[in-house]
Amino acid sequence: MERIIFYILALIIIAFAIASVSSRKMLRSVIYLLFVLCSIAGIYFLIDYNFLAAIQLTIYAGGIIVLIIFSVLLVHHIEMRLEIAKPSKQFITGLVCLIGLGLFLFTLYSHEFQVVENTATTNITDIGTKLLSYEAGGFILPFEVISVLLLAAMIGAIVIAKGNKLSEKNNPAK
Amino acid sequence: MIAGITIYELLTVTSILFFIGIYGFITRKNLISILISVELILNASVINFVVINKYMYPDVLQGVLFSIFIIAVAAAETALAVSIIFNLYRQISSVEVKDIETMKY
Repeated sequence: MERIIFYILALIIIAFAIASVSSRKMLRSVIYLLFVLCSIAGIYFLIDYNFLAAIQLTIYAGGIIVLIIFSVLLVHHIEMRLEIAKPSKQFITGLVCLIGLGLFLFTLYSHEFQVVENTATTNITDIGTKLLSYEAGGFILPFEVISVLLLAAMIGAIVIAKGNKLSEKNNPAK
Repeated sequence: MIAGITIYELLTVTSILFFIGIYGFITRKNLISILISVELILNASVINFVVINKYMYPDVLQGVLFSIFIIAVAAAETALAVSIIFNLYRQISSVEVKDIETMKY
């Protein structure tokens, strides 16, 4: 049963990822990305990381997709078709990507992974205590750094999106 | 672990996703499409972290915590990229890569 669900999810991920990078309509491309992200959340549910799946659904599918849709709607006409690269360039890029993929897969399948059989489940309490622990292997420093980074990104986004309105107001003669 | 699924199949899926992202990153001519491709690449790496944590080191949580940090960085990056795209569109009325010659001024 889980096997079949995994194969369906993998098929959805790959098919919609290809559709997302090859669709010529901007909004459709974003919606295909939404399907990819939701299927990835399904994979997290399958390997029993429920908290990560919830994060994936709220931040990616809920936050990032909405941001990208906003930017698409503010920047584009919906009916506008994107211009795409020349067929020769597409072909060469596809070929290089296939060669790289073959190299990746060759390396993967020739490597023996030390897989540990387990059915352990992770609950949110473990993640929370690990994230806030001061002991060796704790993640309190990256946690604080990421909070400062998010604040900086927020302020930076506001300042950049505000544009040069402020400077225009200061010298109206320009 | 997913019953009946080996680590090889999961890593194959993420490799394919990663290279689809690379393909889109190189061939698309639009800033927002490039952003979408970057999201695909980041997601492939996040699944890799999670899968390797679950299959090879199930008693530690490093992979999950790092993937949470990657998701946070991706959210910050998207917010900044969208604001840069707005600013560019306001100044040069285009978000095509070929039109963007100056980011200053």
